[in-house]
Amino acid sequence: MFYQGILLFCSLLLLGIVHAEDDVPRVQVADPYLEMQTGAGSGYPVYHVVERGEWVQILKRKTEWFKVRTDAGKEGWVRREQMERTLTPAGTALKITDVAEGDFARRRWEIGISTGDFSGATIINAWSGYGFTRNLSVELSASQILGSYSSSIMGNIGLLAHPFPEWRFSPYFTLGTGVIQTTPKTSLVQTQDRTNNTTHVGLGLRIYMAKRFIIRADYKNLVIFTSQDENQSITVWQIGFAAFY
Amino acid sequence: MANWFRSILLRSVFLVPLLLASGMFSSVMVEASEQTLSEEKPVIEPEVYRREIDESKIDSENFEVTAFTGLMSVEDFGVNAITGARLAFHISEGLFFEASMGRTQTTKTSYERLSGAVELLTDEQRILSYYNLSVGYNLLPGEAFLTQNLAFNTAFYLIGGIGNTTFAGDDRYTINYGFGYRFIATDWLALHADVRNHVFEMEVLGEKAKTNNIEMSLGLSIFF
Repeated sequence: MFYQGILLFCSLLLLGIVHAEDDVPRVQVADPYLEMQTGAGSGYPVYHVVERGEWVQILKRKTEWFKVRTDAGKEGWVRREQMERTLTPAGTALKITDVAEGDFARRRWEIGISTGDFSGATIINAWSGYGFTRNLSVELSASQILGSYSSSIMGNIGLLAHPFPEWRFSPYFTLGTGVIQTTPKTSLVQTQDRTNNTTHVGLGLRIYMAKRFIIRADYKNLVIFTSQDENQSITVWQIGFAAFY
Repeated sequence: MANWFRSILLRSVFLVPLLLASGMFSSVMVEASEQTLSEEKPVIEPEVYRREIDESKIDSENFEVTAFTGLMSVEDFGVNAITGARLAFHISEGLFFEASMGRTQTTKTSYERLSGAVELLTDEQRILSYYNLSVGYNLLPGEAFLTQNLAFNTAFYLIGGIGNTTFAGDDRYTINYGFGYRFIATDWLALHADVRNHVFEMEVLGEKAKTNNIEMSLGLSIFF
């Protein structure tokens, strides 16, 4: 399993090498000059300037930095704010789309990770969600719970209702069900694995940060249906971040 | 029977010309509207095609995948070779998120070696594997000069996060923190030197205690 993971990473490495370099976009400098830096970061020095009216090719992008090549063959990195003031061959300003706050309400897919407290134990959680409408989404999550006496893995499916999807601080309600498998620590005498069904109800808050990123915090009440006389009721607090598409 | 047949015949006699007429009328209307349209067109069409830039054609490289190998010191269980992989997503020039996993085979404690017969763990329990999710920040961008005319971009970063370590038969909540040095050989290839401390609780040697497990590694990464 582990070595398969390594293999997957290696094949990703190979994929990264393959580049397609057809039809390189060109822009014209409209500012008095365009500053080219040696690296994709504001700490790297400016080593060349391109004057107004000259053309540059856009080779690639790393975060908010664009690698350009002049007609003379000089290559360097230009910050996004300067690239936005160059002109396309059509004579219009180069448009670089950014995910705006408005897209937050219209998102379809969401992936995220979170951590928190699971009735005294620590929970690490990863989830993926899909929005059917602006107000309703379904979510699958996988969690690992690490406690003093046992560790568990848990899978959940839940429905989320977002009454105010357009708010920057948007509350939501959740309801769902899942399975939990608990393994007691080897240092304990009884080491019998248990698998139980669960159900949960909760409320949370998602906060739009910037670009595609949100912070999410929630409170859940989880009921584990055990074979004992009483079911186990657990309080779960979590905070995490997510990206949406 | 003849009555209903005649009524249909009569109706169709009236209806058919009516339908034909309406059809002709509508076609005349279409022609007329087409004419007004064509009148608006200029006589000579200038051969201009606008060349807009398709932003998706700009190759963005915000992901970085790393394979690494090094040494991990597992408290009481020796210093052993470790291999692993990491996947990073760069959000801005400073900030990045990283998922990492690694695996090492630990050796006997000095207590086990001295006593001779005691075996604290089975062979399977001696394998330590971890995964973690961390946030990193590129702190000191710089340049490294190999010769007078050959320089490479570098960055020093701080990183920390949470995860799980499976060791000695149990899952252990783990905090990791450390620093690294990224040597950017080309736009898509970088070398890494990392030092990380993995902090988790152990109770194998009697009472429960926090252990510090330091990992030093060298990695090769590719941006895509």
